[in-house]
Amino acid sequence: MKHLEEYRDPRLARALLDRIAATVTRPWTVMEVCGGQTHAIMRHGIDQLLPPGLTLVHGPGCPVCVTPLETIDRALAIAARPEVILASFGDMLRVPGSRDDLLRVKSRGGDVRMVASPLEALKLAREHPDREVVFLAVGFETTAPGNAMAVKQAAAEGLTNFSEIVSHVLVPPAMEAILGSPGNRVQGFLAAGHVCAVMGWREYEPIAAKHGVPIVPTGFEPVDILEGLATVVELLEAGRPAVVNQYRRAVRREGNPAARAAIDEVFAVCDRKWRGIGLIPRSGLGLRPEFAAHDAERKFDVGDIVTEEPAVCISGLILQGLKKPDQCPAFGTACTPLHPLGATMVSSEGACAAYHRYARGIEL
Amino acid sequence: MPILDHDTVQLAHGAGGRLSADLIGRLILPRFTSPELDRLEDQAVLDLPPGRLAFSTDTFVVSPIFFPGGDIGELAINGTVNDVAMCGAGPVALSVGFVLEEGLPLADFHRILCSMEAAAKRAGVRVVTGDTKVVGRGACDRIFINTSGLGVVPAGVELGAGLIRPGDAVVLSGTLADHGMAVMTAREGLGFSSTVRSDTAALNGLVRLILDVCPGVRALRDPTRGGVATTLNEFACAGGVGIVLEEASLPVRPDVRGACEILGIDPLYVANEGKLVAVVPADAAEAVVAAMRGHEHGRGAVVIGKVTDEHASRVTMITGLGARRIVDMPVGEQLPRIC
Repeated sequence: MKHLEEYRDPRLARALLDRIAATVTRPWTVMEVCGGQTHAIMRHGIDQLLPPGLTLVHGPGCPVCVTPLETIDRALAIAARPEVILASFGDMLRVPGSRDDLLRVKSRGGDVRMVASPLEALKLAREHPDREVVFLAVGFETTAPGNAMAVKQAAAEGLTNFSEIVSHVLVPPAMEAILGSPGNRVQGFLAAGHVCAVMGWREYEPIAAKHGVPIVPTGFEPVDILEGLATVVELLEAGRPAVVNQYRRAVRREGNPAARAAIDEVFAVCDRKWRGIGLIPRSGLGLRPEFAAHDAERKFDVGDIVTEEPAVCISGLILQGLKKPDQCPAFGTACTPLHPLGATMVSSEGACAAYHRYARGIEL
Repeated sequence: MPILDHDTVQLAHGAGGRLSADLIGRLILPRFTSPELDRLEDQAVLDLPPGRLAFSTDTFVVSPIFFPGGDIGELAINGTVNDVAMCGAGPVALSVGFVLEEGLPLADFHRILCSMEAAAKRAGVRVVTGDTKVVGRGACDRIFINTSGLGVVPAGVELGAGLIRPGDAVVLSGTLADHGMAVMTAREGLGFSSTVRSDTAALNGLVRLILDVCPGVRALRDPTRGGVATTLNEFACAGGVGIVLEEASLPVRPDVRGACEILGIDPLYVANEGKLVAVVPADAAEAVVAAMRGHEHGRGAVVIGKVTDEHASRVTMITGLGARRIVDMPVGEQLPRIC
């Protein structure tokens, strides 16, 4: 696979670390938005190599983490129905709802299938016309085009047995919520490269201007992340709150117009609850009324399942960059990947899970 | 393939009557002929060389049953041969138990039996006793195979994770994750073709070679489920020592690395079926690696890390960028991520 070795090249990484060290004159706090970036930072130990004043805080960009508990509970209720095949990406299967997870529903006889794409779920709907195929459509702008295309295709083919539980979330409103919170520490962002590959970065320009923060759409390999950091630090030191693209091999300013058109055609912006954070206005995508026939929550009448997040963990503070995972008293004791108390320990890309996996309780 | 009255496995093939006799006599026995088996008694009576016995059992339920680089039958022979061999024993005899699902094409069963015959020959072990059951459609997934194995540990050979000492070298016999990624990319539904092939192989020959070159080898293990990361964590815990890996030294084939990246899976946690990890005294490491590289199943042998007295019971890694991190035990099955 091309690009793996190049973007993990230790010599390039060392040169970028030197560039960062030569630029930093003051302490700065930078948030990497995406859980994939958090994972890469911990996996390669990038945080250990930065100059002391430069602090990375971990953002809310982990789709599994921020999917609200009630969406999981609704999916579990639907998956338990005998006529349903529930299809989901792999890492949603282990996410605990209030009492259960999809793997346990499966062990009791629920038909739960792991798929790598919503189009595979669509294929299931074609192959099983006597069954209801429900796809758990979660994620940020990255997965929205594929999930939109599946609904569009189902409508075009008249596949009335295909529906989605839609719980899409949007990055810019979450960034605004973080910047607007009273305790905010974030001075610059590494924006999520794959989200920007779909959406471009035009919508980040007003945020950068309004809040005076530089925003750098950044990739996921060590050299990407270090180049993104070097860029954001240079902008901070120069007092330039601009949007500058690091992820040039994937991201254009206007994004991917075809993907954006598919999103706009099928989904409309709506208010959305974020697990661990709460309701953020206009921060999600829901199905447009003309696609209501493919809305699983209507079809199976689970809208009355409402679940409140237990107030036992600090994942909301972690998702906003206000705390780090190892500052939580439950970290690694009451809360582990086997028994997660909150959102950020749930997914392998969650900040708590990444800390637990790569850096738990050890002076390295 | 011998002509039988049916194309697929029938419940009657397991009922003990004429069909059972046909299946066993015409399809199975010709593949596993050995003096012990050919007696057709309810048990095998073995004459074994002197020494302590090593005994192991394993059950194989892999899906799909045929995958690039091997099949469930070859895996069932090699897997138990390797489990017996990792204590330094020479595997001698195997038992084979089949659970067949009604409706399994007999041609598929025959193909599996042929690859078991070939694998047993390559490993130099005899199948000395066996059993076949048939269950109704849906009660198993086409075919499950249990194999148990007996081996003899030569006098003076003593291996175990408890013998591992700080300063020892950790040697891996070749590339990581080939088997697990071959099976994962072959699974229905994943929908991408790939060139990744399973590494399934019997390693008893390689073990004998390592023991010849380095009689003081501390521990050997084949990193199957859970991968090399799990094996090393088991070693670290059992030995009460730390293990430090060098990320840059970990051998991964480019196509395997690509498949892992696409699925969001770490090759350190993926199953291998033809690799072993050897912990050897540091001064023997060079000779062991050189000897392993001369063996068909050790061509890619390399030192991947060392045993330390810091971070007891933990595995850590020096990353490609020179930072340090933990290599933890996996929680459960690795699941492909959303994005």
